[in-house]
Amino acid sequence: MAQRPEIMRASIGIDYSRYATGAIAFDYERLLDDTGYDIGAVREIQSRTAVGNTPLIELKNITQLIRTVSSPGYGARIFVKDEAANPSGSFKDRRASLSVHEAKRRGYRGVVAATSGNYGAAVASQAAKAGLQCIVVQEAFDSKGIAQPEIAEKTRACEAYGAEVIRLSVGPELFYVFLLTLKQTGYFNASLYSPYSILGIETLGYELAYQTQQLAGRFPDVVIATHAGGGNVTGTARGLRKAGATESQVIAASVDLTGLHMASDHDFNRKSFTTGHTGFAMPFTTWPDRADVPRNAARALRYMGRFVTVTQGEVFYITQLLAELEGLQRGPAGNTSLAAAFAIAQELGEEQIVVVQETEYTGAGKHPIAQLNLAKQMGIEVTRGDPRNNRPGVKIVIPENPAQLHVTEVNLNQVRHSYIQHAIKALPGEQILSETDIEFLAVETRTNNNYVENVIHEIHRKS
Amino acid sequence: MTERVAAGTWVEIYRVVLAANERAPQLPEDTRQVPLEMRVKGWLVKAAELNGDAEIKTPAGRQLRGTLVEINPAYRHGFGSPIPELTPIGNEVRALLRTKGWFT
Repeated sequence: MAQRPEIMRASIGIDYSRYATGAIAFDYERLLDDTGYDIGAVREIQSRTAVGNTPLIELKNITQLIRTVSSPGYGARIFVKDEAANPSGSFKDRRASLSVHEAKRRGYRGVVAATSGNYGAAVASQAAKAGLQCIVVQEAFDSKGIAQPEIAEKTRACEAYGAEVIRLSVGPELFYVFLLTLKQTGYFNASLYSPYSILGIETLGYELAYQTQQLAGRFPDVVIATHAGGGNVTGTARGLRKAGATESQVIAASVDLTGLHMASDHDFNRKSFTTGHTGFAMPFTTWPDRADVPRNAARALRYMGRFVTVTQGEVFYITQLLAELEGLQRGPAGNTSLAAAFAIAQELGEEQIVVVQETEYTGAGKHPIAQLNLAKQMGIEVTRGDPRNNRPGVKIVIPENPAQLHVTEVNLNQVRHSYIQHAIKALPGEQILSETDIEFLAVETRTNNNYVENVIHEIHRKS
Repeated sequence: MTERVAAGTWVEIYRVVLAANERAPQLPEDTRQVPLEMRVKGWLVKAAELNGDAEIKTPAGRQLRGTLVEINPAYRHGFGSPIPELTPIGNEVRALLRTKGWFT
């Protein structure tokens, strides 16, 4: 696909080469600023389609349950931002709203998005309201024709909003079909990773900061975000900063899918999760510029203070708790951060606040029952027990009691090391890293120039 | 005996986008052995035979060709049977909260 740069440029209207400042460095803030949208403008645009201003709900029963298993005086209060209250049922409406607004403003007749998740429904919903055509490209079924039930539900939702849905079997060549579709239609690339998408999420962090202050008299001590491609962590953290909540720690949480290959036809229907998992989170955190735009505006490593994983069984368990203790049927994938919150709240005092920053709608296919029935059909063992024995693709272990919920730390220094290694590999031709590049890598990895130089030295010593 | 499908019917077409031997080299072995397949729904432009070549107009207004594989395709995803590993959880945690006096 030799025409890739031209198609990209025409379909998103941004000349990314203007932002290059070094061999790999680029001016990230200017890329976002040049869109011309500040947070006030984004909030106003989102309010026109009833996006945002979702409730922040205190999960009092789950908080009490946490305190039954934590040390005396521990067990922070848990709040959840009920993003399922957005028009298409997830925080993805925030990402879609600004992209579709921009597409309409610039006179595109339609939008195309490559997504198998909630984002497709969000783009289709926003396009419906704006009177634009919409095409969603999904990875939807395996070579036996078995559809992943959650994606089948997303197909239905997109079609309900009047979108064309291109359903593909497993494989990264989806990107090739996506580019051909952009080329053939001349539509706008409503990428999950454009500046518009990230600016659209900032309102989430901004709102929750103020809502927490209003309900609890303080900013959140910890905000936990389900982490996949990086947009959720990036946008939320940026919004928190814009609201002045600079001390709130942002924690990324992903479902551990270690051992399953994201491009494997065999593994496709053995994941039980379509997003919020390490299969996206690891590659995108260690190298964000693998997206459907030249420069990814989702750069999670800049913003995460901590990165944890939870198991599949723990997320299904917490989804059940949310329904039966709080009367909220949500998720399951969005509840990844809630599963992490259950463990992390036990490290904090009772007066402290943990905010789980999203929920998502649930329904046919998009539900633990549908996922676990598919898992059983695929020969995966589903059992109660210690979640530490969970093995993705082989065995899903639903905890026997709440004390078993835990998080596994991802070593951020290893992630940073891997990021810098990718950056060196991405260096064009004979170019070397300049001082600007080193500074860029320090910001990207949330470290300093010394740290970056030491890692580079270590990489060169080993090679 | 093939079924004749009237123009304007909502159908699904199927097409192989890449044959197995045309697939990306970096794919895992299992994926490289199968083609990249595509399914799209739309309205039939002209009457066609089930399992025959057909042209559709998609909701976005595009005209696409492929094999007509399904007429008015059903949404078959659902829930299935309740999961015995999940159903007792609510009672377990409510009992735990009762022992602490939070629930009566």
